[in-house]
Amino acid sequence: MSEPNPVATLNAQGLLCPMPVIKVQERIADLRPGTVLEVLATDPGALADVPAWCRVHGHEVIESVQDGREIRIRIKVN
Amino acid sequence: MLAAKVVMDQGIHVEGINFFTGFCVESHTHAIRAREGGAPKRNNALWVAEQLGIRLHVIDVIEEYKQVLLHPKHGYGQHLNPCLDCKTFMVRKALAWGFMAERGFDFIVTGEVLGQRPKSQRKAAMPMIARESGADDRLLRPLCARILPPTLPEREGWVDREALFGFHGRNRKPQIELAQRLGFSEWAQPAGGCCFLTNAHYSRKLTDLWTAQGRKDYELDDIMLLKVGRHIRPAPHFKLIVSREAGENRYLEGYRKRFPSLRPTSHLGPLCLVDGQTAPSDLALAARIVARYSQGREAAAVTVAAEDPNGECRELTVAPLAPAELPPAWHV
Ligand code: SF4
Repeated sequence: MSEPNPVATLNAQGLLCPMPVIKVQERIADLRPGTVLEVLATDPGALADVPAWCRVHGHEVIESVQDGREIRIRIKVN
Repeated sequence: MLAAKVVMDQGIHVEGINFFTGFCVESHTHAIRAREGGAPKRNNALWVAEQLGIRLHVIDVIEEYKQVLLHPKHGYGQHLNPCLDCKTFMVRKALAWGFMAERGFDFIVTGEVLGQRPKSQRKAAMPMIARESGADDRLLRPLCARILPPTLPEREGWVDREALFGFHGRNRKPQIELAQRLGFSEWAQPAGGCCFLTNAHYSRKLTDLWTAQGRKDYELDDIMLLKVGRHIRPAPHFKLIVSREAGENRYLEGYRKRFPSLRPTSHLGPLCLVDGQTAPSDLALAARIVARYSQGREAAAVTVAAEDPNGECRELTVAPLAPAELPPAWHV
């Protein structure tokens, strides 16, 4: 059985776009491929911008949910 | 977008850089405004990158940009836009970013067109930006390269100069035709400049901020707040920021621990932040102004809650200010 992916977290709550994207980019630069990054945000713009940034950089969004004001995006680093 | 595509079509590997200065019209403003009934606006730079199939790096330059805006060597454009210094700064940053050993880029591409903008794209400005940024002949402008001296990538044969363009002047038709030829049905090109600094009203609010502070400086929160609400300055020592809609209301909520705030309680009405030192009489006037923007504007009296940053709250009952009592000059 393969090891579960290590999980990293990033709190981008209260930040307005494009700051969540910038924070994700900075964080992912330090993460190994295969790591899952869980991002918490509150700006609904992050729901569009973070996945768009992931697409152009080849990372995979495995989950993206909005629960009231809270947004959670899980990214698999490639 | 076009410049990148022209170079990519010659087999060059291109990656995009988008600098976030804090004044970008994109993003933040969309984030603040209410979105009821509308999908969030896309981030144009990311959209362009997706169309081109390239990576885009979004870089925070908020702190460093202060020096550019506060002390521009070449002065300002029509408003507070330091375009010449700004472009030089961005090319310099791109150079530092892209030429780092592990990235190893060979040259920089921009979408400038000679003579398209009055100051920063006039003939003398082009070599100046190349020189002062330190990029020199490693700065390629594919859309007007044919009417500029050959740059390093052209001389070395990395790009074919003959396949570049010689666009100049304010006429955008050739670029629109090129976009169509390249297969772009939609074309993201900021028509009114890329940032708030080219906006007359925004520039006026920034000047007012500097005058009120007694010095030219700002923090990110200051310049963000200038994008939000009505700014009303009844006296030199204080200003009101009155929200105009639900999204702005939500955004200003986040500042209630930093600024005293006012909100009508007897009627529906906007949240208002008070920026500056206020005497009790100032606060009463502020409450009357807030009442004037509430649904009680025609009522004889409106109750307004005044809250300190530490949460202490008291109520004021005031007569809404009549329109004639609010001089246009108070609107910043
Ligand atoms: S419009 Fe704004 S971002 Fe664009 S060059 Fe001028 S100052 Fe810089």
